[in-house]
Amino acid sequence: MADVAAPLRRWSYASVSDKIADIVLARRASWPWVVAFLISMIGTVAFVGAIGWLFLRGIGIWGVNIPTAWGFAIANFVWWIGIGHAGTFISAILLLLRQTWRTSINRFAEAMTLFAAGIAGIFPILHLGRPWFFYWLVPYPNVMELWPQWRSALVWDIFAISTYLIVSLLFWYIGLVPDLATLRDRAGTRARQVVYGLLALGWRGEARHWARFETVYLLLAGLATPLVVSVHSVVSLDFAIAIVPGYHSTVFPPYFVAGALFSGFAMVLTLAIPLRHFFRLHDFITDRHLENAAKILLACGWIVAYGYFIETFTAFYSGDEFEIAMVKDRLLGFYGPVYWTVLACNIVVPQILWWRAARRSAWTLLAVSLVVNLGMWLERVMIVVQSMHHDFMPSAWGNFIPTAWDWITFFGSIAFFAFLFLLFVRALPAISIFEMRELVLEEKKS
Amino acid sequence: MSPIRLTRRNFLKLGAAAAALATGACSRPREAIVPYAHQPENELPGVPRFYATAACFVGAAEGMLVESNAGRPTKVEGNPGHPGSLGATSVHGQASVLELWDPERSKVPRQRGQPATRGALERDIADALVRLRERGGEGLRLLVRDASSPTLARQLDGVVERFPRALVHRWDPLHRDRSREGARLAFGRPLEPLYRIEQAGAILSLDSRFLDDHPYRLNHARQFARARMPRDGRMCRLYALESAPSLVGAMADHRFAMSVPAIEAWLVEKNAAYDTIFKDLKQNRGVILAGEALSPQAHALAHRLNAELGAPVAYIEPSERELRPLPELVQAMRGGAVELLVILDGNPAYDAPAELDFTAALARVALSVHLSLYDDETSARCTWHLPSTHFMEHWSDARAFDGTAAIVQPLIAPLYAGVSPHELLSLLSGEHKSAYDLVRETWRHIDWDAALRQGVIRGSASRPLQVSLRGFSRPKPAPEQGWQVRFVADEAVLDGRFANSAWLQELPRADSKLTWDNAALVSPNSAKVLGVATGDVLDILLGARTLRAPAWVTPAQADMSLTLPLGYGRSRAGAIGNGVGIDAFTLRTHAEPWSAGGAQVTKAPGRHEFATTQNHARMEGRELARHVGLAHIDSFASKKPNTSLYPGWPYDGYRWAMSIDLNACIGCNACTIACQAENNIPTVGKEQVIAGREMHWIRVDRYYEERRTLFQPVPCMHCENAPCEYVCPVEASVHDSEGLNVQVYNRCVGTRFCSQNCPYKVRRFNFLDYQRKEEELKAQRNPEVTVRMRGVMEKCTYCVQRITRARIEAEKQGRRIGDGEVVTACQAACPTSAIVFGDLNDKESEVSKAKTSPLDYDLLGELNTRPRTSYAARIVNRNPELKDG
Repeated sequence: MADVAAPLRRWSYASVSDKIADIVLARRASWPWVVAFLISMIGTVAFVGAIGWLFLRGIGIWGVNIPTAWGFAIANFVWWIGIGHAGTFISAILLLLRQTWRTSINRFAEAMTLFAAGIAGIFPILHLGRPWFFYWLVPYPNVMELWPQWRSALVWDIFAISTYLIVSLLFWYIGLVPDLATLRDRAGTRARQVVYGLLALGWRGEARHWARFETVYLLLAGLATPLVVSVHSVVSLDFAIAIVPGYHSTVFPPYFVAGALFSGFAMVLTLAIPLRHFFRLHDFITDRHLENAAKILLACGWIVAYGYFIETFTAFYSGDEFEIAMVKDRLLGFYGPVYWTVLACNIVVPQILWWRAARRSAWTLLAVSLVVNLGMWLERVMIVVQSMHHDFMPSAWGNFIPTAWDWITFFGSIAFFAFLFLLFVRALPAISIFEMRELVLEEKKS
Repeated sequence: MSPIRLTRRNFLKLGAAAAALATGACSRPREAIVPYAHQPENELPGVPRFYATAACFVGAAEGMLVESNAGRPTKVEGNPGHPGSLGATSVHGQASVLELWDPERSKVPRQRGQPATRGALERDIADALVRLRERGGEGLRLLVRDASSPTLARQLDGVVERFPRALVHRWDPLHRDRSREGARLAFGRPLEPLYRIEQAGAILSLDSRFLDDHPYRLNHARQFARARMPRDGRMCRLYALESAPSLVGAMADHRFAMSVPAIEAWLVEKNAAYDTIFKDLKQNRGVILAGEALSPQAHALAHRLNAELGAPVAYIEPSERELRPLPELVQAMRGGAVELLVILDGNPAYDAPAELDFTAALARVALSVHLSLYDDETSARCTWHLPSTHFMEHWSDARAFDGTAAIVQPLIAPLYAGVSPHELLSLLSGEHKSAYDLVRETWRHIDWDAALRQGVIRGSASRPLQVSLRGFSRPKPAPEQGWQVRFVADEAVLDGRFANSAWLQELPRADSKLTWDNAALVSPNSAKVLGVATGDVLDILLGARTLRAPAWVTPAQADMSLTLPLGYGRSRAGAIGNGVGIDAFTLRTHAEPWSAGGAQVTKAPGRHEFATTQNHARMEGRELARHVGLAHIDSFASKKPNTSLYPGWPYDGYRWAMSIDLNACIGCNACTIACQAENNIPTVGKEQVIAGREMHWIRVDRYYEERRTLFQPVPCMHCENAPCEYVCPVEASVHDSEGLNVQVYNRCVGTRFCSQNCPYKVRRFNFLDYQRKEEELKAQRNPEVTVRMRGVMEKCTYCVQRITRARIEAEKQGRRIGDGEVVTACQAACPTSAIVFGDLNDKESEVSKAKTSPLDYDLLGELNTRPRTSYAARIVNRNPELKDG
């Protein structure tokens, strides 16, 4: 703990506030930010354009077919919602566990969660044949007197995701309130004062405010904690309740949650390292932070590896001809290269993190995190597509080949995520100011 | 296939078409037509009527009952009373209704390609006739394709009577000259053998395509299925020697892929297998069927062998008279001796033998008139093109293969300014009579109303003749050199006649499951020799002619032999058929119409992308399309788990179910296309088939196993424990009170989870807006079935609209729906009655009985889906003494 906070000794109560708030209020946009913003904006426009064309022409612009009627949309959904896990894990679970080192990374990790979960929420709608009727999955009083069909995991999804989105948003926003007040107080222009002032909900830093804030924040953390486990468990049930080999697997809930944390922490690293580099936040996001994240990455990686192993083992242990055929196809079939890439990305490469030097090298970590992100995306694609393309009836076998629109939609969603994140770091404090102040104070006391 | 863009011109075109349809489409022919059997007192909206008619697709008539909804012909059913149908339909019969409504049919007469009036044409003909008359008709030639119509024959006589020196020629690219010639050798006159397959204990098919494109195919199929039903531990055994993949070979117990010369050599050389097979034929009242590709001598030999075997075969007069051959005509045309050429139907500029160069000869004819349904290759090169009426628009008559005559009665007034062949001929003969009058004159002495109602003319079948064999020389098999090239009628588009039919183009061919294409079929061994795989391109040199064709590798093909399906590579078929596939007619000569030797085949650069609906041909050891040896029927293990923690759902009313007999199914695809016609199933086009998005609700799976081809029609299984139902988030996939697994289209949001979870993959999704928007095609649609929009899932409904129709009828009479009252579209079309549908709550129903068969099994029964559709395994009856084939 001392190690994490050590560089903070250089900082005072006021200078911490200055440093973080100035990123938003005082500093002019740097050219790397402007370039990144423009690129992400172009990608966002492509994303919106692809969605527009999709709505106009229909789902057939993608590579989906019979037998693989699910494609990138579902894989992207699962991947994004997985990325959205690390934020809540860092904020809620580590808060409950009194891991104060989380302070410097929880804010942007939560933002990441929110954006990722939001983008994830778009994909099931894009996936629909008739997206304009997506609300039929929601239970609402209607003249047709029809409810959703409760046995379908897709209905459970609606609840899981919407709950997660709402709680994540609340958690993030409540945590922002004291900092919004700080920004309001320091804002140089009238417009900023009004906007931050409205968002700060009249926060004056009174002792009563702080007492209530602490209670609410802790309660929300308590609420959010089970969601970390539940959301991806429910998402995994989309597959697990099906009868298709490769989908139908009891190991899926824990395996998906571990995979979600795995990809989530990889994304935290992917974002933290450039953030710290460009805004010179080395004293707040220390090597120790990165090392802790790397350790979690390594641990999650092993749970995921166990998932891979047990899936393969169970297939052969079951003796079921369809399960065995599915696994053989996964290893050696048309999508075999995808499987081996997944193993390389998610199991082999992360083993470098056993070395302390690798864990403390920001650029190594960035590379590993990118590899893991890729590996986890490919894993989602593998589960969604490969399981289906060779199922029960050989006569119906076929391959899913992604079209240009599949790729544009996928990369467009990444661009949109980057777009939101770039806006976020310029509009709101990417690191929690008040919690950093607390840390500095504690450090001074000790 | 691209949707029409609404430009100003298109808007006006559509507007005009809509106006024309509004005034013309729903009108009846002027003359009285009589509906089949039960005539309602009044026309009831929503109650379809059925009219009997007939049409020729492969040389003889197929009887049909055409469903008419408010005056619009929408669906073809077989006519149970017609020997060429027996209640079944061919794929072509089913597709003929789409041909009627094809928006690209020719609509106006054209003079040298420019729209002109019929009056101008009549003047031109009249002028020519005046001149011809002076010379007794010298220089007047007629070319017909199909001469099985007695009225047409009578009219041709009338023309010749008026113009004694006029000549009538015939060209049908799918002619039966070889078998006629064979009969002439054997018996001294051209006769047609009428096989009593049902009575045969064993069949030896010498490249006979008696189930594929024989004029009596539907009748053969029914007889064959009956003969293959085991009785007292015995059933008919089929040996097939075949030079091209056929349904016959696929059904055979012993199958030998051999080239045509090899088959003839086999017949003459008599090896050990020959002796074994002949012993079996002798003992079991066998029959030998010779195919069109064999030489006349081989046909004659087969007739003699049949006589020796005492085979169940009768001989009858051919239903068509003999006319002059095409080469004579072309010679006269080339010599400038033809002043007026009238081509009735057919497309000789496209399908005439290559060496004749019909097109060049046509240019030397002073006045040529082409009557055809489409403005095609021949129309473009004739002086005049006259649109023909469709057989559902005109009066005519036609003979079935056994000679039974039927009246072709129209269901609708001509949609466009077309005339029927009879009307054109009456112009030539100077009678100027309507087709109706002409046909009535031909059949003056029959009960006209009864003939219309029943769709057949009683007692008009040809009588079997007493025949005596003559001496003839044995076949002299040509020495095999180089590659053999085998020409066959494409099973879907035939000789190209149906090239513009999207249904048929997209119908997966029985053996290859190929759509929207033809290919040079090669055997795996030959492919190895050539160093090619499916999709590689071949250069074929035959005589002095070359053709570049993509290769398709199939184990059913003979080595060192290529099969080229005819009917493709058309240039003026229409938007659907233009430029699809390769034109094998460019290699085909008059002397060697079916099989030609001495070809050179080499690999050419490039690749071709095929659209196939089945990418994997093996079952991978899974028990899907099951079969069992005749001797082992009793030990057939029918896996039927019936375990559930929950009590079964009670079905108090009906419990609909289907049984499909794989022993009867010959893989002909009639079910697939009948379903397409009945259920408004769209076609998707080649690119979408490649993408894996074909829409057929019932597909016929084809697996290769050892040397066998297995067919398995797969509709929705209507599972009791349906995996599709519990995963649908919006209750669009639900179970009804009679056990139907129904899809609610307007509730479906398109999550596609149901398809993901369907182990049979029978669900079909509208990935794009696939329904064609042409107004004419809308008229074809079944008004009782929803037309689905993009983004919704669909699948087999067990023809729920037919169940409802029967229910309404039964409820009106206060009774239960009886067995056999609900006939699904696939069941109705099936030539072998392989599909049985009915109520399981009725223990006496056909389907209940079918499910008590020891061969009854559930597809993927181990998944405990408890399907309502079950299968009866195919029975294999191999000759224990014969190891080959």
